[in-house]
Amino acid sequence: MAKTIEEINEKIKSGKVVVVTAEEIIDIVDKKGLEKAAQEVDVVTTGTFGPMCSSGAYFNFGHTKPKIKAGGGIALLNNVPAYTGWAAVDLYIGATATAKDDPLNKIHPGEFAYGGGHVIEELVSGKDVKLHVEAYGTDCYPRKHLDTLINIKDLNEAVLFNSRNAYQNYNVAVNLSNKTIYTYLGTLKPNLGNANYCSAGQLSPLLNDPFYKTIGIGTRIFLGGAEGYVAWQGTQHNPHAPRLDNGTPKRPAGTLAVIGDLKQMSPRYLKGVSFIGYGTTLAVGIGIPIPILNEEILKYTTVKDAEITAAVVDYSDAYPNGKPEVLGEVNYEQLKSGSIEIKGKKVATSGISSYSRALEIANTLKDLIKKGTFSLTQKVADLPSRDNAPKFKPLNERPVKEEK
Amino acid sequence: MTSRKIVINFPKDLIDRPIVYKLIKEYDLEFNILKASITPDSEGIMVLELMGDKKKIDDGIKYLKDQGVKIESLSKDIKVNWDKCIQCGACVSICPTEALYISDRKTMKVDFDAEKCIACELCIRPCPPRAIEVHYTT
Repeated sequence: MAKTIEEINEKIKSGKVVVVTAEEIIDIVDKKGLEKAAQEVDVVTTGTFGPMCSSGAYFNFGHTKPKIKAGGGIALLNNVPAYTGWAAVDLYIGATATAKDDPLNKIHPGEFAYGGGHVIEELVSGKDVKLHVEAYGTDCYPRKHLDTLINIKDLNEAVLFNSRNAYQNYNVAVNLSNKTIYTYLGTLKPNLGNANYCSAGQLSPLLNDPFYKTIGIGTRIFLGGAEGYVAWQGTQHNPHAPRLDNGTPKRPAGTLAVIGDLKQMSPRYLKGVSFIGYGTTLAVGIGIPIPILNEEILKYTTVKDAEITAAVVDYSDAYPNGKPEVLGEVNYEQLKSGSIEIKGKKVATSGISSYSRALEIANTLKDLIKKGTFSLTQKVADLPSRDNAPKFKPLNERPVKEEK
Repeated sequence: MTSRKIVINFPKDLIDRPIVYKLIKEYDLEFNILKASITPDSEGIMVLELMGDKKKIDDGIKYLKDQGVKIESLSKDIKVNWDKCIQCGACVSICPTEALYISDRKTMKVDFDAEKCIACELCIRPCPPRAIEVHYTT
């Protein structure tokens, strides 16, 4: 018996909705079977919390007297450069922006103690942030310098807008070289010293809806502790990745661009983080509800860690040089056990994505829906699928001819 | 043969005395210097792993105390700031002694066993939220 989102929302209003997490649904369907569970369960909640580099926030800090046009000038937030190529007092701060004067990797591996991700965390925490603007001055915007404290509560708008989040699966990073390397998947010890993975596996949103049947543009989501929306497919969205029979991709595949009101969010789910030798980024918490409209949709949400595989990739050579080789495939049950076997060697594993916080998000979203404070939305448009998505391409470099 | 890890705080007036030397000579102890920071005219800090007969370790530590050296046990000096920790687990495959470990494979919660920590500090910089802290002073 198929349900509609309207019917589920009626149940949310009347307090009769049945919501479980993507972890709990596995046992429920195991015991009751698909048909009965599809009748009983209305919503399955998912969650993920990990570093997501294509994240950032834009805001409007309000006009000064006399007016200043940051656009085309320079802006620093706690000494971290923000993007000014917009109108007068709009700025965008990206998660990987590094502080001005940061020594970067001059002495390798660099510390990267503070960057854009940390600025966003401080804004969300309600802390004052230093804003420095240098402008060139115009007749309508004569002011050339501004130094002030700003606070999120005084900003006209503050919006988290991430162009690529919630990757549908990810690589397992290892290091085949004989020296330690420092990557966005953490510190990798030499000669297969460790293996780092980065997905919430069975809890991960897009692994529970592998063909984007319910998640699409306009889907209301839990983002950074508040309500947000799927704005678009994320950059590098690649539904063409090879898949297992259960539909889950074996390589990084779909992605989401997400948006939400930064003022409502919480530093518990937006955390500035530093990767030694790599840079700074933002750990983002996302939870997506999946309406159980039919048995097929339910079936996808029952996927478990043992049924999702990821590719083991050498980050000392194959990854940086864009070589397609993988060293093998392992599943998330193996990854979460603490060690995997690669080339006959037992290798210790580490998660870079926080499963425990992903679980917390799935449970929080479940409670919000049960309380009636979070209702579901029908997607407005589909994400590109295997049928219509363009091929995900590397850059075709072409020589630049000097003009005489 | 047992081993104990201690943090030694030298007051200013003891910096120029061969205190550690006496530990070897008179108490027959082996030691590993895990960390040392001693500058003339100010306090010195040394983190030592002492190895030897249990009684001799106790006697050696008593000798140090009698000299006016302040001694703390090491385990409390690496701390995880749980408010900052995001429970990712990046540290667990870095930690050589499994002092940082996953305490529950179902929830994947990260925990810290101070007893196992050798204060090598390998975890400090790889921790993405920089939640692991070294405290050498009281």
